[in-house]
Amino acid sequence: MNCKIYKNIKISIIVITLYLILFIGCKSKESDNNEIDKVITENKEITSTEQSKEYAVETPPFSDGIFPCTDCHKNLTPNPVRRVLVDWHDDISAMFNHDSENRWCLDCHDFKSRDSLRLASGKLLDFKESYKLCGQCHGEKLRDWKVGVHGKRTGEWNGKKEYLLCVNCHNPHSPKFKELTPELPPIKQEDIK
Amino acid sequence: MKNKNSRRSFIKNISLATFSALALSGCNSEAFDVFLQQNFKTLSKKEKDRIIKNLEIKYKEKYGKEFHVSDRPALEGTSFGYALDLSRCVGCRRCVYACVKENNQSRDPQIHYIEVLQMEKERGIDFAHSTAQYNPEKVPEKGYFYVPIQCQQCKNPPCVKVCPVRATWQEPDGITVVDYNWCIGCRYCMAACPYGARHFNWGEPNVPNEELNTEVHYLGNRPRMKGVVEKCTFCIQRSREGKYPSCVEICPVGARKFGNLLDPDSEIRYILENKRVLILKQELNTQPRFYYFFGI
Amino acid sequence: MNFFRFITGSIKIIFRGSKTYYTWLIILLLLILWGGFGYSGQLAHGLIKTHMRDSVSWAFYIGNFTFLVGVAAAAVMLVIPAYIYDWKPIKEIVIFGELLAVCSVFMCLSFIMVDIGNPLRFWHMLPLIGTLNFPSSMLSWDFFVLNIYLLLNLFVVTYLLYCIFYKKEYKKSIVLPLVLISIPMAVAIHTTTAFLYNALPGRVFWNSALLAPRFLASAFCSGPAILLILFQILRKTTNFEIKDEAIWKIAELMVYAMFIYLFFTIAELFKEFYSGTENILFWKYLLFGIGDHKEIVPYSWSSIIMGCTAFVLFLIPKTRKNFLTLNIGAVLIYGSVYVEKGIALIIPAFTPDVLGQIYVYTPSMTEIRTAVMIFSIGFLLFTFLSKIAIAIVFENYNIESLNPKIYSK
Repeated sequence: MNCKIYKNIKISIIVITLYLILFIGCKSKESDNNEIDKVITENKEITSTEQSKEYAVETPPFSDGIFPCTDCHKNLTPNPVRRVLVDWHDDISAMFNHDSENRWCLDCHDFKSRDSLRLASGKLLDFKESYKLCGQCHGEKLRDWKVGVHGKRTGEWNGKKEYLLCVNCHNPHSPKFKELTPELPPIKQEDIK
Repeated sequence: MKNKNSRRSFIKNISLATFSALALSGCNSEAFDVFLQQNFKTLSKKEKDRIIKNLEIKYKEKYGKEFHVSDRPALEGTSFGYALDLSRCVGCRRCVYACVKENNQSRDPQIHYIEVLQMEKERGIDFAHSTAQYNPEKVPEKGYFYVPIQCQQCKNPPCVKVCPVRATWQEPDGITVVDYNWCIGCRYCMAACPYGARHFNWGEPNVPNEELNTEVHYLGNRPRMKGVVEKCTFCIQRSREGKYPSCVEICPVGARKFGNLLDPDSEIRYILENKRVLILKQELNTQPRFYYFFGI
Repeated sequence: MNFFRFITGSIKIIFRGSKTYYTWLIILLLLILWGGFGYSGQLAHGLIKTHMRDSVSWAFYIGNFTFLVGVAAAAVMLVIPAYIYDWKPIKEIVIFGELLAVCSVFMCLSFIMVDIGNPLRFWHMLPLIGTLNFPSSMLSWDFFVLNIYLLLNLFVVTYLLYCIFYKKEYKKSIVLPLVLISIPMAVAIHTTTAFLYNALPGRVFWNSALLAPRFLASAFCSGPAILLILFQILRKTTNFEIKDEAIWKIAELMVYAMFIYLFFTIAELFKEFYSGTENILFWKYLLFGIGDHKEIVPYSWSSIIMGCTAFVLFLIPKTRKNFLTLNIGAVLIYGSVYVEKGIALIIPAFTPDVLGQIYVYTPSMTEIRTAVMIFSIGFLLFTFLSKIAIAIVFENYNIESLNPKIYSK
C-alpha cells in the first residue's frame, strides 16, 4: 500500500517537471521573431527527431526557376479571390485536376508567406514536408506511407531507408499516376532456339 | 569415430576417383576438381573458401573481370517475406529486366525469373485467361490488372521435396537456393513447382560481358552453366547485405515490399497485420513467403 | 573361370547367324548411328535441341521412360498366370519375360540419362558418395527400385542360362524366392513411377489416385502384347512349345486388363467432365485442343482408336482365336499404349502450364532420333540376349559344344 502511494508521488513529480521544462522552453522562444518563423522552425525540429533512419532521396520536384516563390511574389499584392489564373501559372491551371471543383491555389499555398504551404489549421509548412499537407485528406495513405507501405523505400530493409515524397510520384496539381510504356514482353518459348 | 570417418571417406574417394577417371580421362585437373566437388551444403568452411577463390580466378580468366563471390550465410534472426501490391502494379515489366541484369540471367536463350500476367478485372485471378504477352503502347490497360509472379519462396517447398540429389534447399532465412554445381538437371523440381518459378538452362547461358554483374553470391547470381536449374533468390547477394532486392528498388509504383517477417516494425509485418493479403494456390499448402495485397 | 567361359561362349553365339540375322543387325546398327548423330548434337549444345522448354519441361523422353517401365513390369508379371494355369514351359516364359524386363529397364535408364542436363553428374545420386534424397524424393525411390529390379532379373536370367549351359540342375531354393520377389517388384517399379507423377499436387492432371492403377492396367495391355508375338515367333523358329490355349489365355487376360483400363479412364473422364472445374482444361487440351492449339489431338485420338479396336478384336472369341486378328490386335494395343504413355500422359500435364500459358510441344527431330537410338540399342541387346537364350535353351548349345574336343575324350 505504502509502496503504491510512493510510486504515485514519484510519477506526479516527473510529470510536473516535464511540464515546467516545456513551458519555459516555449516561453523563451516566443520572445524572439514573428509567429510564422516560429512554426516553421518547430516543424523542422519535429522532422529531424521523428525519423532517424529515414532520409528523403530527392528534394520536392519544382519546375525550373519557380522557387522560391517570393522572387516574384514579394512585389505582388496578394489577391485572395478565387479565379482561374491566366497570365501566370496558366500551365498549372490547364492541368489542374485535384478536386478542382472545390479547391484552388490558396487551399494549399499560403496567402502571405509565399514560400510555405499551409495546413487547414493555418499552420505553415516547408515544401520538404508537403506530405503532411497531403495527409490532411489522404490520412490513410499518409499512415501507409510513413511505414513504407504506400510509395517506395530504397536503401536497407534492416537499416537506413530513403523515401520519396508524395509529390515525387504524384504531381500535386494533377495527382493521378501517369501511364507507363511497358518493357518488352518475354520471347515466346516457340522462338527460343 | 575418426577411424570410421576416414574409412568412409576412403571409400568415397576411391569410388569418386574411379568414376571420374572413367568419365573424364583426358581432361585437365581443374575440370577434374570441379567434377569431384561435393554438395555445397556438406562442405567445410575451408573447402568453401578454396572453391570460391578458384571460382574468382576462373571468372577472371573467362570474363576478364574481377568478380567478388560471396557465400555469406543467412543473417541471424531473419525470415524473409515479400509483398506485392496488386492495386498498384501497372504491369510495366521494369522489375523483369532489373532482375535479369542483377542476376546475370541468360539473355539468349532468354530466362526471366519474373513473369507478369495480365488478367481481366472481371475474372479475378484466373491463370487460364491470363497472358504474359501483352504489349500495348501504355500500361495499365483499362479493365485489366497485373500479377507479377516469381519464386514464392514457399515455407513448404515442393521443389526441395522432390529433388533427387538435394541440390536445392531452403536456407535458414527462408530463401530456397540451388547449388548449380550439384544439380543434375533432371527438372523434377520444375514439374513440382506450382508457380513456374524454376527455369532451366536449355542451352549455354549467354550474358553480354559489359552487362555482367560482378557482385555475386555462390548460391545466387554467379554465372550459371548449361543444363542446370536456376531461380529467384530474393537477390540473395543483396538481401543478405541488408539491401532490398533489385525488383523492389526498380518498381516505379512502389508496389513491391520486402522485409524481415520476424521484425515487428518491418513494412512486411505492417502489411500482414493491416492489409488484406492473399497467397497464390493456397490449397496446395506450399505456404508462400510471397504475399499479394491490396493497398487500397 | 567357369563363368568366364560361359560369357565367351555366349559371345560366340552372337556372331553366328543367318543372313536375315545379319541384315537385322545391320539395320539396327544403322539406326543407332543415325540416332546417335542426332543425340551428339544434343550433347554438344544442350537440351535446347529438344522442343522442351520451361513450360513443358518434361516430355517425350520421360514418356518413353514411363512406357518402358510398364513393359518391364508386365513382362515379369506374366509369370503369375503361367504358374497358375500351369502352362508347360514356365521356365522359358520366366527367362524370356525377364530378358525383356532387363532390356526395358536398360532402355528406361538410358532415357533418363539423355533427359538430364548433366549426365556426367549422375553419381550425385549414388548412395554414400552422392547425396541421394531418400526417402523424400520419388525419383530417388524410382532410381533405387529400378536398379534393384534390373539386377534381380539379370541375376535370375544369367543364373538359369548358366545352369543350363553347364547342364546343371538349377537350385530352386535360389531361383524361386527371387522370381517370387521380382513379381511384387514389377508392381513396385510401375507404381513408383506412377507416384513420381502422382505426388505433384501442382500438376492436377496427374494428381488423381487412379493414376497408378491405370498405369498397371495399361502395362498389362502392352507388356504381354510383345511376349505374345515373341512366343509365336519362338514357336515357329525353335522347338519352344507353347499351346494355342496358353496364347489365347494371355489374350484373354489382356482383355480383362484392357477393360479395367477402359473403366478407370471412363471414371476419370466422368469425374473431370461432369464436375467441370477449371482442371478440365488439361483433358480438353488432350482430347479437343484449346483454341487453335490442336497439335496433340491426333495423337490422343489415334491412341483411343487403336486401343478400342484392339479391345474389340481381343474381346470377340472368334477374332481372339484367329492368329492374324490376334496379332493385329497385339500391335494395335502396343501402339495405343505407347502413344498414351509417350505423349498423352505427359504433355497435357504441362499444357497449359502452371500459370495458364500455352506452349505447344511436339517432339523435335533430335528427340525422335535419340529415342530411335535408344530403342535400337535396346532391340540389339534383346536380340543378342534372346539369341543366347534360344541357343542355350532350345538348341542345346552348352559347354560341350564350346570346346567339343575336351569333352569328347
